[in-house]
Amino acid sequence: MSDSAITFPGARRPDRQTTVDSHGLAIAVHEWGDEAAPPILLAHGGFDFAGTFSVFAPLLADAGFRAISWDHRGHGDSQYAALYNWEADLRDAAAVFDSVSFAPMPVIGHSKGGSLMLQLADALPHRVSHLINLDGLPSRRSFPDVSDHQRTKLMADELTAWLDHRRSLADAQRKPGTIAELAERRGRMNPRLDADWLRYLVTIGAREQADGWRWKIDPTLRLGGFGPWRPEWSMMRLPDIGVPVLAVLGTEVDPMGWGTTAADVVSHLPPGGRLVMLEGAGHFLHIEKPRQVADLVLEVLA
Amino acid sequence: MNASVRLRHNRVELALHELRPAAGRPLLLLHGLAERSPTAVPAHLAAWPGAVWALDLTGHGDSDVAIGAGYFCEALMGDVDVAIAHLGAVTLYGRGLGAYVGLLAAGGRAEEVRGAILADGPGLAGGGPSPASPAVPTAVGAPPPGGTPDPWALYELTRDVRPPDYAATFARQASTRSGLDTALAVVGVNRPPWLEAVVQEPGVIEGTLPDALALFARP
Repeated sequence: MSDSAITFPGARRPDRQTTVDSHGLAIAVHEWGDEAAPPILLAHGGFDFAGTFSVFAPLLADAGFRAISWDHRGHGDSQYAALYNWEADLRDAAAVFDSVSFAPMPVIGHSKGGSLMLQLADALPHRVSHLINLDGLPSRRSFPDVSDHQRTKLMADELTAWLDHRRSLADAQRKPGTIAELAERRGRMNPRLDADWLRYLVTIGAREQADGWRWKIDPTLRLGGFGPWRPEWSMMRLPDIGVPVLAVLGTEVDPMGWGTTAADVVSHLPPGGRLVMLEGAGHFLHIEKPRQVADLVLEVLA
Repeated sequence: MNASVRLRHNRVELALHELRPAAGRPLLLLHGLAERSPTAVPAHLAAWPGAVWALDLTGHGDSDVAIGAGYFCEALMGDVDVAIAHLGAVTLYGRGLGAYVGLLAAGGRAEEVRGAILADGPGLAGGGPSPASPAVPTAVGAPPPGGTPDPWALYELTRDVRPPDYAATFARQASTRSGLDTALAVVGVNRPPWLEAVVQEPGVIEGTLPDALALFARP
C-alpha cells in the first residue's frame, strides 16, 4: 500500500513546512492554519513528532489559530544530533519561538513537550501567554520495592546496557518493516491508540527505503536509561508560572504515562491554575479525545 | 606526545593520545573542563609504571565538537568507555570535570577500571547538587580558533546537576563490582557536595597522589 492511500478521519497534513536553524542544527517546523492568524505553539512528547498533532492541530487551525509545531532534534524530519539533552531541546524550542514572534504566545505541550514548555515558561515568562500541559507533569518517581542489593544489580545492568549501546552506535539503523509492522511495534507502547491511526502515523514518522519502512527517529536514541534528573524537578516549576495554566490528565493508566495523580498536580498549581481530569483518556489525550482537548484549550484562550 | 588515535563515539570522533608507551596497565588521563590532554606525562604522574594515555573529551582538544551542543556527563562517560574498549583495562586519573566523568566511568565499567584517582581541576562542581534557575541562552560567544573548547560545552557542563546521592551510587557500583578493596582515591582539596558524598562510601579513600598511584599500580 502506498503512503498516500492511508488516511485517518480528521487528520490533515500541515499547510506549511520549513526548517529553523538552532545553533547549527536544522529543526523541522510544521504549521496548520492561516499564516496571519494568532500563533499557538505545540510541543510533542518524547519519541513522537509534530505529525502526531495531525488531528488536533487542524481543530485549532479551524478555530482561527496558526498552529505551529516542530520535530524535536533527532525526531521526525529534524536533523540528527551528536548529543541530546534537555537544555538543547529548550534552545531548539526557543529558536522556533524566535522564528514565529517575540510577543507572548500560548503554548501546548504533551508529555516531554509539556515539561519542556513548563520550563521554558519559567525561564522565559515574557514569551508565553498561556500554558497548557497535557500529561506532562512528572511526579516523584516510584521505585520498585527492592532491596539495596537488587537495586545495585539493576543499576549495574542498566549502566552496562547503556554503555554497550553507546559502543555499538556507529552504523545503527532502525529495523525495517511494512507499514503494518511498524504500526504494530508502536502499538506495543501505545496500546490505547487506534490501529488505523498508528498506520497513518507511520506514513509521516517513517520513510520508505529499498528494504522497507523505518521510523525516522534517530536510531541512537533509546527509551529509558538513567541520569541525575528527578521528576520533581519538573513539577517544582509549576507554582512559578504567572500566566493562565491548564493541566489535563487522563483517568486511565497508560504505559507511556507518568502516573501523575490529581493530588500531585493540585498541590503545585499556581493561583488560578486549573486541572481537568479527562474521563476515559490515557496518556495521549489530544489523540484520544482531540475535540474535547481542543475545546478546553479554546476555552482557556477565549 | 608519541601518537594519537581517532576513535568513534556515535557521531563524534575522539582523540586519544599516547603520552608514554610501556608495558602494563595504562593510566588514562581525563582533563578538566575547557582543558585538553597534556602533550607529555606530567611530572606529578611520572611515577606511574605503565603506559600513559590521555583522552580529549567531546568538544575539547582534538576531539570533535557536538554540533548543536547537548553536552552531558554520561555522554562523556561513554567517551571514556570507547577509550577503554580500545585500551583494555585502565586506571583513571581525572581532573575537575574529568574527575566526575572518571567516577561515572569507574561505576559504569567497574570490571575494566582498576582504580580511579579523582583530583581537583576545572569543572569539578558542575551545576551543584540541585537545579538552578532555568535559563535559555541564545548565544555563548564565538568558539576559539580550531573550535575547541566548545563554548556550549563550557556553558552546559557548568550547569549540569550532580546530586550527591546519584554520585554515591556510582561509587557504590565501582566498589562492589570492581572487586577492589579501594576503587576510588580522592586526592584533591575541594569537596563539592557530590564528592563529599563519594568520600563517605566504602571503597573510597582520601589521600595523596603518590600513595594513590602506588596503590593502583599494584598488579
